[in-house]
Amino acid sequence: MDENKKHQHHPSYGTFILVWIALLAFTSITVTIAGVNLGGYTLFVALLIAAIKSSLVINIFMHIKFDEKIFKVFLGLSGFTLVVIFILTFFDIIYR
Amino acid sequence: MSDNSSTVSTKSFYQQSTNKYSGILSWLLTVDHKRIGLMYLVTIGFFFLVGVTFGVLIRLELISPGPTLMDAQTYNSFFTLHGVIMIFLFIIPGLPAIFGNFFLPLQIGARDVAFPRLNLLSYYLYVTGAILALLAVLLPGGAIDTGWTFYIPYSVRSSTNISLPLLAAFVLGFSSILTGLNFITTVHRLRAPGMTFFKMPLFVWSTYATAWIQIIATPIVGITILLVIIERFFGVGIFDPALGGDPILFQHLFWIYSHPAVYIMILPAMGVVSEIIPTFARRTIFGYKAIAMSSLAIAFVGYLVWAHHMFTSGMSDEARWIFSLLTFLVALPSGVKIFNWIATMYKGSIDPKAPFLWVMNFIFLFSIGGLTGLVLGSLATDIHVHDTYFVVAHFHFVMFGGTGTIFFAALHYWFPKMFGRMYNAKLANVSIVFFFVGFMMLYFPKFIMGYMGMPRRYYDYLPQFEPLQQISTVGSWILASTILFIFSYLIYALFKGPKASSNPWGGVTLEWHISSPPTLENFHEIPTITHEPYDFSQLKEMQHDA
Amino acid sequence: MTHSENAVYHVHRDDVGAKMGMWLFLFTEVLLFGGMFLIYAVYRYQFPDQFRVAAMELNTGIGTLNTVILLTSSLTVALSIAAMQKKNKFLSILLLSITILFALMFMVNKYFEWSAKFSHGIYPGSEELLNRPDGQILFYGLYYVMTGLHGLHVIIGVIILIFMLVFIIRNKITFNNYVKLENSGLYWHLVDLIWIFLFPLFYLIQ
Repeated sequence: MDENKKHQHHPSYGTFILVWIALLAFTSITVTIAGVNLGGYTLFVALLIAAIKSSLVINIFMHIKFDEKIFKVFLGLSGFTLVVIFILTFFDIIYR
Repeated sequence: MSDNSSTVSTKSFYQQSTNKYSGILSWLLTVDHKRIGLMYLVTIGFFFLVGVTFGVLIRLELISPGPTLMDAQTYNSFFTLHGVIMIFLFIIPGLPAIFGNFFLPLQIGARDVAFPRLNLLSYYLYVTGAILALLAVLLPGGAIDTGWTFYIPYSVRSSTNISLPLLAAFVLGFSSILTGLNFITTVHRLRAPGMTFFKMPLFVWSTYATAWIQIIATPIVGITILLVIIERFFGVGIFDPALGGDPILFQHLFWIYSHPAVYIMILPAMGVVSEIIPTFARRTIFGYKAIAMSSLAIAFVGYLVWAHHMFTSGMSDEARWIFSLLTFLVALPSGVKIFNWIATMYKGSIDPKAPFLWVMNFIFLFSIGGLTGLVLGSLATDIHVHDTYFVVAHFHFVMFGGTGTIFFAALHYWFPKMFGRMYNAKLANVSIVFFFVGFMMLYFPKFIMGYMGMPRRYYDYLPQFEPLQQISTVGSWILASTILFIFSYLIYALFKGPKASSNPWGGVTLEWHISSPPTLENFHEIPTITHEPYDFSQLKEMQHDA
Repeated sequence: MTHSENAVYHVHRDDVGAKMGMWLFLFTEVLLFGGMFLIYAVYRYQFPDQFRVAAMELNTGIGTLNTVILLTSSLTVALSIAAMQKKNKFLSILLLSITILFALMFMVNKYFEWSAKFSHGIYPGSEELLNRPDGQILFYGLYYVMTGLHGLHVIIGVIILIFMLVFIIRNKITFNNYVKLENSGLYWHLVDLIWIFLFPLFYLIQ
């Protein structure tokens, strides 16, 4: 079964280490920036940084960037559904 | 593309095992999707009858006001158990676990599902959940009495056994998730050569859409269950208003699963209808792509409407009208299916055999259920009928008149394929009529009573409701006896029925191309698909005696 | 495939399918924690100030350390798989062992964190906690449930990784057949991902 022979792209050790360094960098940014008063934007910035870190983990460590497209479709659908659930719930919460 | 397997004397899957054991062990440790489907059939069938029993006893209690044969506490437990058993042990697993397991691989030309051992695990998780639920009834403390919806605060405060049935539901949820995971992977990875997505039978489409709901929605009720159990043991306070918690938030979490759950219940049933109608109208389905897409649409839109169960809970007005609007949207793809089914029958060559007559039952009963859903989805009218018998009637029409009816339809359609035997057509037809009569007597009066103000889950009622309550109870007797009768002639046919051919109905999906019952590996050779799924010109090439 | 009386079932191998199954399982985990994040979002929206007060009591240092530990463990498990792909069995075993070590360090830190809180009388149902404003009670309720559930997943991850270690040693996982290891890695990365969100939401509200 040819499909089971690992396909083309295997990130090198170096790539993984670079990603790790980026993750540490973003972690230090998010810790430092927590002490800065950003008013209403604080939560948004924290979540944005978390999203960037997640994106690195999902794409490189979890390899989804290099896998078949269907995996990205699945991930997108699931994530989208979760977001929709959040939004609809908040239609109740913010108007109470 | 005929398989000729009915002329070759090959052993059926009953005689070939996937393991080295024989006898009952070869069944209990099987990884054959067909055997697993049958084991589910026996277990689920058993719990269905347990659920029916609770229902009959509830109706017996309600035949007259005041105590009739049980006290109020027992009554509360009975309607709770009736709901829990019917929903978690029958309707949600039912069609996917039994018919999905048996026929999904067959219909896509595969030898089994993607993860056969995981499949067996799913079955044992189901059994474990069922045993835990039963234990909860038998152990001291009393059976759960919160209603199947286990709303807080009562589910945290009730002194009856709550954590155990909730744990059971959690385990059952796991079973459901693993089945969904298995089916999605199977559809993506194991279709026969030539079977593109748009050549798959519609039962496969609906099972696929259902599997997605199983994956995405079930974990939410999983966490909800865990939180209630944690609350009972540790008093964390997440939903406790005294500690700042929001009881409505519980309801949100509960219904975020439980509404999509009803689409887990109905989508496979609609898939079966899409199989039966072309076969018994002897023509291809009208609007194949529309029906396939509508399954996905229902699955997705089903996530957007949950709070229509909460219109009187104290939600914001904005949330209420938004959810009411979204609820009307979800009726659209369902309507697409109904119109396409009817269009399929128009100018078709109708063969009114039992499976088809069951589907007629379905279309009528489910339509009533669906239309009354509009009354409930409409904010203004829901205020009046929420938590009345109107709701009870509505969901029995859609769940029982819908999925329950199709459970029987599927059983009658695929019986010859699964067991290699045929049942008595006359008995089947008579049962369908009695089923309809009993069903209408049992549930239709509930619409009227609900409209008149009779609340649901009430142990007692005012004298003006008595006549309709009595009609309803008598209906339950007719319905229950008919169900027992159906199981009886089917079981009889299992042992004494005439042998069935590989294609008694003249169907053209892949399961009808192989022997009845199938061999262990389903196909001698994996077929290459060239035809559309409901192309009846294939019949000439196949062996059949419809 | 034989057609004997008791046919031995041919279990076909499909690595892409196996990975697909794993991802689908991961989605269920995302939704499980997603429900909890929803509850967090609602209560943080309703009690922003009390959440901040409670959050500042948490030890940002340990939280950051644990974040670094998990991120690094994600690195080592990814490297372990890369090593396997490059046929370096020894390096793969070494890196996987380091991953497990990091995971255990995480749990030890968690233990110290929770013990400290307990010793200050802050735990669900405690008198100290119940005397505080509602928002703080909810914060700590969410804190214990979410980090507790997360910790449970770390423990499960450790067990899975240990099994993989044994499989590699016994050559059940080889450079030709390592989808089990990949799938275990996926699970481990998910555990890391959940923490990537838990960390700022609980420790970094200031």
